[in-house]
Order: sequence, then C-alpha cells, then structure tokens
Amino acid sequence: MANGKRNAGGKAGAMSAICARWRGNEFAGLMGSNFKLNRHIDMGQTFGRMKHILIALFAAFAALAAPAALAQDAAIEEEPARGEVLYEDATAADNPGVPEGGASEAYSPMAPTEGKGMPTAYQDDALASMTFQDQYTETGAYALGMHNYILMPIITLISLFVLGLLLYVIVRYSRRAHPVPSKTTHNTAIEVIWTIVPVLLLVVIAVPSISLLAQQYKTPPEDAVTVKAIGYQWYWGYEYPDHGGFEVISNMKTAEDALADGEPFQLAADNRMVVPADTPIRMQTTGADVIHSFAVPSLWFKQDAIPGRLNEKLIEGIPEGVYYGNCTELCGTLHGYMPVTVEALPKEKFEAWVKEQGGTMPGAAEVEQPDADADADADAAEVALAD
Amino acid sequence: MATTAEGFDVHHDDHADHTPSFFARWFMSTNHKDIGTLYLIFAIFAGVVGGAISGIMRAELAEPGIQYLHWWANSSPEDLAAAGHMWNVFITAHGLIMVFFMVMPAMIGGFGNWFVPLMIGAPDMAFPRMNNVSFWLTVVGFCSLLFSLFVPGGAGGNGAGVGWTVYAPLSTTGSVGPAVDFAIFSLHLAGAGSILGATNFITTIFNMRAPGMTLHKMPLFVWSVLVTAFLLLLALPVLAAAITMLLTDRNFGTTFFDPAGGGDPVLYQHLFWFFGHPEVYIMILPGFGMISQIVATFSRKPVFGYLGMAYAMVAIGVVGFIVWAHHMYTVGLDVNTKMYFTAATMVIAVPTGVKIFSWIATMWGGSLEFKSPMVWSLGFIFLFTVGGVTGVVLANGGIDDNLHDTYYVVAHFHYVLSMGAVFSMFAGFYYWFPKMSGRMHSEMLSHIHFWLFFIGVNVVFFPQHFLGMQGMPRRYPDYAEAFAFWHEISTIGYWITAASLLPFFVNIGYALFAGKRPGNNPWGEGATTLEWTLTSPPPFHQFETLPVIEDHHDYHDHSSDAAPQPAE
Repeated sequence: MANGKRNAGGKAGAMSAICARWRGNEFAGLMGSNFKLNRHIDMGQTFGRMKHILIALFAAFAALAAPAALAQDAAIEEEPARGEVLYEDATAADNPGVPEGGASEAYSPMAPTEGKGMPTAYQDDALASMTFQDQYTETGAYALGMHNYILMPIITLISLFVLGLLLYVIVRYSRRAHPVPSKTTHNTAIEVIWTIVPVLLLVVIAVPSISLLAQQYKTPPEDAVTVKAIGYQWYWGYEYPDHGGFEVISNMKTAEDALADGEPFQLAADNRMVVPADTPIRMQTTGADVIHSFAVPSLWFKQDAIPGRLNEKLIEGIPEGVYYGNCTELCGTLHGYMPVTVEALPKEKFEAWVKEQGGTMPGAAEVEQPDADADADADAAEVALAD
Repeated sequence: MATTAEGFDVHHDDHADHTPSFFARWFMSTNHKDIGTLYLIFAIFAGVVGGAISGIMRAELAEPGIQYLHWWANSSPEDLAAAGHMWNVFITAHGLIMVFFMVMPAMIGGFGNWFVPLMIGAPDMAFPRMNNVSFWLTVVGFCSLLFSLFVPGGAGGNGAGVGWTVYAPLSTTGSVGPAVDFAIFSLHLAGAGSILGATNFITTIFNMRAPGMTLHKMPLFVWSVLVTAFLLLLALPVLAAAITMLLTDRNFGTTFFDPAGGGDPVLYQHLFWFFGHPEVYIMILPGFGMISQIVATFSRKPVFGYLGMAYAMVAIGVVGFIVWAHHMYTVGLDVNTKMYFTAATMVIAVPTGVKIFSWIATMWGGSLEFKSPMVWSLGFIFLFTVGGVTGVVLANGGIDDNLHDTYYVVAHFHYVLSMGAVFSMFAGFYYWFPKMSGRMHSEMLSHIHFWLFFIGVNVVFFPQHFLGMQGMPRRYPDYAEAFAFWHEISTIGYWITAASLLPFFVNIGYALFAGKRPGNNPWGEGATTLEWTLTSPPPFHQFETLPVIEDHHDYHDHSSDAAPQPAE
C-alpha cells in the first residue's frame, strides 16, 4: 500500500514541482509586475486540484488501513527502535487527550508529494539537491527569485573574478616571468573604483532585499486563520484560537510509521498542523520551556518560538499539499527530533478536520469566546513585535 | 630593557641570552616570546582536541541514524536523549574550544605576543607579568571547560549541551547541573585573560614603538592587533556581563532572562551577539594583518594602499559593533530593525572588498615567489572571498529566513574561519616558524600540507551550502535520508583534512630535529620588518639598543641601513 501511495503521489508531484520551479524562474518578469506570479500560482492550484482528486482516492484507501496503523502504534511498544522512546514518552505523557486524527472518514492525513515540501536526495535529482526547495508562497517565490537571479550571479561572478585575478597574477607575476618588481603602491583611481563598485552592487542587492522584508512583514488580513505553534521540549503544539482554541500535539513519527505512510522519517509528524489551503495564515509562535524555532523551508518561513513572547508573521495562501520542516533552534537533547508537518487542505476538508478536533468554525454559534481570545493574542503579538 | 621587568631578578643582567631555569622560564614567564610560544603550543593542543571532536561529529553525520554517540555517551541504544545530549556537548565543546582556545590564543596570544614587540622595535610587552597572567587564565579556562565534560549537565548526561552561544533559557532553566556553570566560568576566565591581553597590547603599541615609528609607519600586522585589542576590550566585558547574568539566573534566583520574572531571553541574545559579532572580527583581523605582511614579502613589493588597508581594518572594527542582530533575524525583530541590520551588515562588504583587492594589487606587478606562507595566503584570499560572498547572501534578512541556523550558515562561517582564520594562521606559522625556532621547515611538506588541507576543507564545507539551502538544520545529530549524500561527501572531506595534519606535525618534528639554520632572514629582500633584522631565534632579550626608524624608512621598509646587518 505504501508503495502505491508513493508512486501516485510522485506523478502528481512531478507536475506541481515543475510548475513551482517555473514559478521561481519567472522572477525576472516578476520584477516588472506581480500579475504573472499570481497567474502561475493559480495554475499551480489547477494542478493541485487534479492532484487532489488522485490523492483523495488514495486517502480513501488509506482510511481503511488507518485503524490497522493505529493498532500497530499500540503494538510497537515492545519493539524498541530508533525514535521510539521519544515518540512513546511524549505521547503518553503530554498528549492531553486530543482526539486522534485518522480514525474518522472525514479526515485522513494527505499523502505527501514526492519532492514537494521536502528535501530532495542527490540520487533523485542532483541539481535540485544542491539548491533551495521549490517555493509555494508568493514571498517564498520572490525570495527564491532574488537569490537565483541577483545574489547567486553576483556572488559567483565576484568569486570567479577574484579567482581569475589570483590565477593571472600567479602566472603573470611569478618570479620567473617578472623578476623585477614594480614599486607601485598607490593608484587613487582604482582604489575609488573598488570602493564604489561594491557599494553599487550592494545597492542593487539592497533594493529587492528591503522590498522582500516589507512583503514578509505585511499585516495579516482580518480574516486570516490564526495558528499558534507552541514549542515544547521536544514536540510541537498547534493551537487554533479562532476555532475554539483546541491544541493539536505533534510528535515525530517513528521510522516504521513514517515508512508505512510513505513519509520522510524525521520530517513526518504524527499529528499535522492542518491549515486551509490558499488562505492567509496568521502564524504565531511561542515557546513553552526553552527557545525553539518553527521552520518550513518550502514556505520560506522561520520564526523563533520564545518563552514569554508571541511572535507573529503572515504566511500567505499555501497551495494544497504537505510541507515538512524542523525545529531550527537548539532546544536540548532531542532538538533533532521535533519536525514540523504542515498540511494545507481545501476549506471544506479543513472545516471537517476542525470539527473532528472538537473545534468550531468562526461564525458558528459559539464564536464569541474564541474570537475574543484571538484578538487578545493578536494584541499581544503586536506588543511583542513593537518593542 | 630592565625597566620592563624591574625587580624580577631572573633577568636583570646584560646577557641577552641568559635564560632562567626551566620552571621559571616556562611557568613564571615574563618574556613575550616564551609566552607567545606557550600560547602557540596551547593553541595547537586545543586545536587537536577541537579538531578531534569535529572528527567524531563528522563520523556520526556520515550517514543517517545514530552510530557512535551511544558509545561516547556510554548509554543504551534506546536512550536517544543521552545520545542527543552527547551530541550537544560535542558541538558546544567544538565551538568554544575552536573560538576561545584555538583561534584567539594562536592569533593574538601566539603571533601577537611574538611579533608585535619585535615589529615595533620594543624589548618586550608593556606589562610582562600581566602577560603571564593572561596566558595562565586561558589555560585554566580550558581546564574548566574540559572539567565541565565530566560533571552532570542535565537529564541527558554529563557536559554542557547548550551550543557555544549558550542561549538562555536552555542554558538556565533548561540545563540542570554544574556542567553549564563550569562552561560559563571557563568563558569568564578566558575572557578575563583576553581583556588583560588587550590592555597589554594597546599599551605596548601606543607607548613602546621604536623612535621614529609613527602609527602610519607601523606594519599592518601591528595595526591589525591594535584594532583587535580594541575590539576585545570593548566586546568582552559585554560577554562577561551577559554570562554573569546567566550564572546568577542559574544559581541565585535572578530572572534577567526569564520571562516569568520579567526578564527576556532575547536580551541575552542581544548581549551575546553584541560581543559575538566583534568576536568574529577578533578572530580574522590578525589574520588580515599576517596576510598583508606575507603577500608584501613574497611579492617583493610594499603593500598596496597601506592607509586604506589600515583604515579598512578600523572600519571593519567599528562597523562590526553595529551589526550584531543579523545573528538574530528570526527572533521576531521589528521590520525596521531588520531592514537596518540588513543594510548595515552589507556595508561591511566594502572595507573587506578593499582589503581583498589591495592584496591582489600588492601582487600585481610584483615578483611572486611561491614559498609555503605565500601559497597559504593565496588560498586564504580565495577562500575568504567565497566565505565573504555567502555572508552577503546571509546579510539579507529576508533571505536569511530560510538559511538561518542551517548548514549554509555552518558553511559560511567555516569558510571565513576554518579557511580564513586557519589558513592565515598556517601562513603565519610557516612565515615565522624559522624566526621563532631558528630552524627551517621543509617546503615540500608544507606544500603537501597545503594541498591536502585546501582540498579537504573544501570537500567538507562546500557541500554544506547545498545541505543548508535544502533545509538541513544546524546542530542535528541525525537527519532525513534525503540529506545523506552530501553529508557523506562532507565526512570524506574531513578525513582528507585530518590527513593533512600528518605532514604538518612531521614537518615541525623534522624542522626541530634536522632543519637547516635559516639565518636572520630566510625570505629575502621582501622581508623588511624589524623581526628579520634579529637572529633566528631572536635573543632572549632583543633591542637592548632601540632600533631607530629614520626618515628614509616608510611603512614597508624598517630595516635598510638601520639594521645590524644592512640589507644592501
């Protein structure tokens, strides 16, 4: 079963990966206008929908097998393996009775798409393994474009230029080729040039860089969905203040579970951070014990989760899919084992998932309380950001 | 001469080479050259320890899964926490040892002590006994760090597993047990040693230059140590304050960094990086100075744009104090703050570029001789450039969001440190080894050392750029299957690098036992600073008659006519 899922996911993923890389490459056009980018993202969604149909089929298939997988979870205790201790301890001790996903017909975890939202192995695609992951958000695509079309060319040329000059002086001015050294020690013109040209290059870099920062710090719109990621030693909690304030506890999957579900081990979490696709997310992070950092490379997103602070940043619409990340701030012994798995679902599916978690949608009967909470959180975030 | 060691009667007489007994000479030393030698031996020892730890780390990272950490932690294979803690102890020890007990002692304590007085024509440092205190504080600091490995550091086992940055609250409420206290205390000791050393250098350089040696005639290495000493003097007290607050948070119930008591963990990061960023320049500036001397020597040409070179270092030092928060782009900085630090950080590329191009211009039109110090310098210039340009990438706050705390950062700072600083140290070592020891090393072995090391470190660190861009986080003992290939390559590079140290040590042994005598100046007419006017090794007390820098001497040439053995 696992193999079947992987292959199908791979096909759909190939399409969307091509699309995404193309999107990143459109950066040159993007400098002129934003229209192009948006259209490509729309096309990405079209592909995404096609893929979604495929995935839905497999999801239905997976739902049948899910109870079996859960039973395996229980049985696995006798069989200590790598990652096992962490998984079992954290689940037993810290899961405050959040309903488990997967048992219901309404929601079952989406299968990841090979090469999407996860690192690529050298064996699968040598070139892709040497650069950034494909980007699935607008700012991510902009940042990737800035890196690929401004920074990379500039730094490569500078390095090659210096290397070329070095090789030239080595050959041209070796003792054999040039026995009598000159006495030149000053040349104001050249000194001015090599001060001014780097300044100009830096200005060329600074313009898109500052604009990127401005984009990344856009205030989330009113209707953005708030998700609060809480870093614990050593797992993540995802709280949904707009949806009744329930919290999902997310531990790393064991190697066996990850393999069984066709997910990358050490990137896959048992309970995912589920968000509605193509909807702005008001991403908040805080730490419960020490500093953690919530990072998803394919969304160009990283924000520290610091005790006593509530950091907030916008993630614009994420296309449907599964995106993997990690904790990226040293947080103690199991720092390497608290992955982030983000799953973007269509709105209806997201609603179903929220209900299943015991939450409510904003606008439903009992919204008063959660909304007040969300406002308070947003205020706190402003305070934290403004200092 | 006797004025500098008044009342300390082991060397008060006229015999320059009358050395004290072994114990008095090496344990109670007030001689800048002996202390410099002690620093260099200590730095090599610490470098071997820190390098061995990187070997453990690279071996562990060669493939996914935990292979060796359980053995080191002496724990059962199921105990992931023990392995993870062991890993954190290794990364912490590697970072602290390499920064505080390898690079700093070698650059400032070793080469600074040895050659600042020689180059400015001074008989010794201004405060010889304080110099001794500096060294032994560093040694005791190292002992404190090593001791921390063997006392409890939290639930995971012994040792401090907090990273060299010692971020609160992981280092306060997050680590129970005395290990972190000892690690912090080791920084206090090493820091105090460095502050004393810095005051010593500043005083020496300002007050003990030979007659006629104005600041603008000083060799660039002396300039670099002067700037470094100021950075140390201004930055280290901030570190001392920050880590003292850590200690009181840990032990005396204060809450400087604890939000529960009104403190702020991010405050610690601001304080740490206010020190930490100048610290990276502290590690590289003396290297800049050495490279300038070496490139000029082996090009037989004065340094191009001397004043530009000197004031570029001053500029780097000044700007180095106002860019610290680029290490903290992800903590939730305000957008304007992030824009400021992005812009300020990029400014540093300008004086650094001036230095790179001035070195090349020094060689331009010169008559280059590719002796071992020169090849290390050429390697330095190229690899430091590569490390520098990735720094420009990281300077962009918006780009850094995806690279912060990944292997890209690891690759970047190893290119500027383990290739920048370390290449300059090897260059300086081969440049001055004949002067310090009175024996020539083997050029062939040092070239073999260079090529193995050059290839090795590039194989280690270049693939780490790829890993970082793909999203591999720093400080992970284990990783997803997709990262395996480049990690394996990186580990192969480590073995090449480690192998390169064999010719290095063989070379030292060969030189000490069978090396030829170099004479006063083995490097020819390009070597024009004052140390080359002295014998190799220099007399126990040099410049009993102060050398005079005449009007016809410039910043490059301090020795013609004024030398005991005139060059022409």
